[in-house]
Amino acid sequence: MPVHWIVLIVLALAVIGYVMGRQKALASAGGNIRDLHSLPSYYGSSVAIFTMVFSFLVLIVWLIAQPIVIENQVAGSIPPEAVREGSTLGLMMSDVRRVADGLDQAVSQGAMTSEDAASIRSEFTDVRDRLGAIGVALGSDVGPAVLRAAQHYRALNATGNLFMTIVVLGVALAGFGFALMRSHKDFRARNVVETTIRYILIGAASIAILTTIGIVLSLIFNTAEFFRLYAWTDFFFGTTWAPSFSGRGGSSELGFVPLLWGTLYISLIALAVSVPIGLFAAIYLSEYASPRMRSFAKPLIEVLAGIPTIVYGLFALLTVGPLLLSVFGDGGLGWMKAGTAVMTAGLVMGIMLIPFVSSLSDDIINAVPQAMRDGSLGLGATHSETVRQVVLPAALPGIVGAILLAASRAIGETMIVVLGAGAAAKLSLNPFEAMTTVTAKIVSQLTGDSDFASPEALVAFALGMTLFIITLGLNILALYIVRKYREQYE
Amino acid sequence: MTDATAVTGASAEARRPFVSLLAQDDHTKRRNAAEARFKAYGLGAVIIGLFFLVVLFVSIIANGLPAFTRMVVQLDFTLTQEQFDDAESKLLKTGAYQAYFVEGFDKALSERGVEVEYDAAALDRLIGKVGSIMRDFYLANPDKLGEEVVFDLPTSSRVDGYFNGRLKREDVSDSRFLQVTDLDLADELHEAGIIKSDFNWTFITGTDSGVDNPGGAGIGASVIGSFFMMVVVLVLSLPIGVAASIYLEEFAPKNWFTDLIEVNISNLAAVPSIVFGILGLAVFIQFAGLPQSAPLVGGLVLTLMTLPTIIISTRASLKAVPPSIRDAALGVGASKMQSVFHHVLPLAMPGILTGTIIGLAQALGETAPLLLIGMVGFVARGYPDNFLTGFTEANSAMPAQIYTWAARADASFYEKAWGGIIVLLLFLMTMNIIAIILRRRFERRW
Repeated sequence: MPVHWIVLIVLALAVIGYVMGRQKALASAGGNIRDLHSLPSYYGSSVAIFTMVFSFLVLIVWLIAQPIVIENQVAGSIPPEAVREGSTLGLMMSDVRRVADGLDQAVSQGAMTSEDAASIRSEFTDVRDRLGAIGVALGSDVGPAVLRAAQHYRALNATGNLFMTIVVLGVALAGFGFALMRSHKDFRARNVVETTIRYILIGAASIAILTTIGIVLSLIFNTAEFFRLYAWTDFFFGTTWAPSFSGRGGSSELGFVPLLWGTLYISLIALAVSVPIGLFAAIYLSEYASPRMRSFAKPLIEVLAGIPTIVYGLFALLTVGPLLLSVFGDGGLGWMKAGTAVMTAGLVMGIMLIPFVSSLSDDIINAVPQAMRDGSLGLGATHSETVRQVVLPAALPGIVGAILLAASRAIGETMIVVLGAGAAAKLSLNPFEAMTTVTAKIVSQLTGDSDFASPEALVAFALGMTLFIITLGLNILALYIVRKYREQYE
Repeated sequence: MTDATAVTGASAEARRPFVSLLAQDDHTKRRNAAEARFKAYGLGAVIIGLFFLVVLFVSIIANGLPAFTRMVVQLDFTLTQEQFDDAESKLLKTGAYQAYFVEGFDKALSERGVEVEYDAAALDRLIGKVGSIMRDFYLANPDKLGEEVVFDLPTSSRVDGYFNGRLKREDVSDSRFLQVTDLDLADELHEAGIIKSDFNWTFITGTDSGVDNPGGAGIGASVIGSFFMMVVVLVLSLPIGVAASIYLEEFAPKNWFTDLIEVNISNLAAVPSIVFGILGLAVFIQFAGLPQSAPLVGGLVLTLMTLPTIIISTRASLKAVPPSIRDAALGVGASKMQSVFHHVLPLAMPGILTGTIIGLAQALGETAPLLLIGMVGFVARGYPDNFLTGFTEANSAMPAQIYTWAARADASFYEKAWGGIIVLLLFLMTMNIIAIILRRRFERRW
């Protein structure tokens, strides 16, 4: 039975359970609500909860576990000598899955009977042609081992699904019966319902942890896989980035250093643009500007933060790049060869970060106690002297934190560098040359029809891992500094 | 600083008897000048920030508006039943239709008193294969035979580019796509009112075209893709985010588990979006086997990205509900759960919705994770068949579509990309305005 039917049946059971549970409790109290421990709806809800919660948990666990178990069984049943030269068990398993899918489609389209699909042998009929005829393309010739494994896979899946249907519906019915039996006027239904809701709330809050675990696991496994295929010393200390696109591994040079350099260089330019502008704007808006000016300029500058990065990317590629090229290019100073360059990306990223720096610094400057300003002004310092010698030193830790947050934003920024910085990985000091960054290479290595098992694709996970660690470190440091600073004045 | 004060101290000592308090000495002047300079730097920084904003918007609008108009050849045309039958009986059917069209075209020219020389090939280059366009029209609408029909035939993208200034006359070299003489013809037709500017509905409602047809590209399909993603984000992130915030704000005991959740949420808020893309690729596509480029997967990834935003703003609005509300509910016998769900949550709802809309707006413009789950290589040529397949069928999304256009080699697509940005920003602006109105109307100060 398809999964959505199971879900619908369980939901229908839950609705029936709600109505019946409510009625049973009311009947047991002789229709008098005041004799019930809880409100009638709680009795209904408790039956619905018992019907749904456990059966859905079983369903979810089953859906996750079944493919893993079956995969292992099928992989174990493939004789090692059947794995062809230059191929791996993993590649073969993906063939097996494709063939099994193809057979499923063939059956559902009526091109094959289900007996045919289960018993067909590639010695006699060319399965590849038959599947091709109904629009299922298979890469290489289907060997007898793959075909037999695919049939085994389908058979196991079918039994698995049958058992899943029985078990899930059984659990739902059991929960239904159990809860309905308990539905009596003295039953503390509200407590049961509220405990369940509480666990649901905890579950929702734990999704943040699950997401982090998901990120870390998906990065770690693929990174480990990459370092099995490619030496980690070559990755971290290699100074050339030249992935081969032929699909044959081994000839690629995947050095991390040029990418890191490009990332840092672009971030540095972005900070050089955004920090002075953002900081001065924050100082002006919090110390000098009239309330009217502040209420007008602050939201406008923050609009810059609400604009999607793809817009900045396009702005870099099509407006800033050509503009810089006309000044520094062959027509002007001759330093620049193409519109995409470190300078282009850095400048636009700097514009993007202005509101980030300015609103964070603004909060921090506002948090400096007024008494400190008054003291300084009372001693005869001018306003700017007060800002420079009293307010800024007091706010410095917070401002450093804000700059670190901006730096982590700059390092992790993707769209601007993908569109504005170019694609060539270079170690160069010229800011008008095209360079590339970690994020841009993650995108270029993972888009397109690359094979996920090749080092050229897996390197993206190693890049993602380093990016994650760098930005996480910067964030933790920044948050720590900001928190320390806040405590100082609270 | 210390030596400066020492020096002034000495000089002030020397001329103390003569100095009036009203006159500024050199040092005071310098300090005041520094003050003025400092203030000017600050003002300058604000102005530079605003200047960038203006430049950004001017360049978006100036580059993007042409995408909303197109040049069409407008022609009244009548085809009789006999002509139709005659054309259908010929071997070269489209050729016959083209001959009729040229006839009608000549008539229109002479009516307007325009005299130009042109050949059929020039017409092809201006408006494409008219013959087949007309044949398709009359085959689909046989009842229009014998009536006067107004044809709006879009001009080729190069001619379109010539009229909106993208293509300069000097840059045109004769090719099979366009010749310099065609531009003279186009100019004449424009003056005669046969080539007109028209609102480009294809851009709003259309789907993406292939790389060779920038004129037919539209953003409609990807708007639908974005819509399905936002449905997923809203349906998942609002309940989960609210539930998580209620737990953390109202129930969570102070222990290591709560701390762990808090640290995770604040860190996830700062993880680069591309990392979420990697997560989506590894977990949803590789591990769970969900289809590539599907709005469902995009929605799931964006949900995980927006959750921290929604949780942070929801907690702020829960915190803003005064404790007296909770105490009053508990006092009349409500359970803790009832006080939260019946009293605190409804009062916090406007704030929660505002935060959710802002989170959705962020998610709508996010591009990087969509690149990794395959929304870019895909050309969104069609609309989903029905509501359910809309989630799982491969589609594009607005920002991914803009990126696809920007990455294409043909510069005519750049105009579409800018136009797409205008559409995207209009959506974002609407969402933000709704959020502001919600806040203004329903926010309560306690």
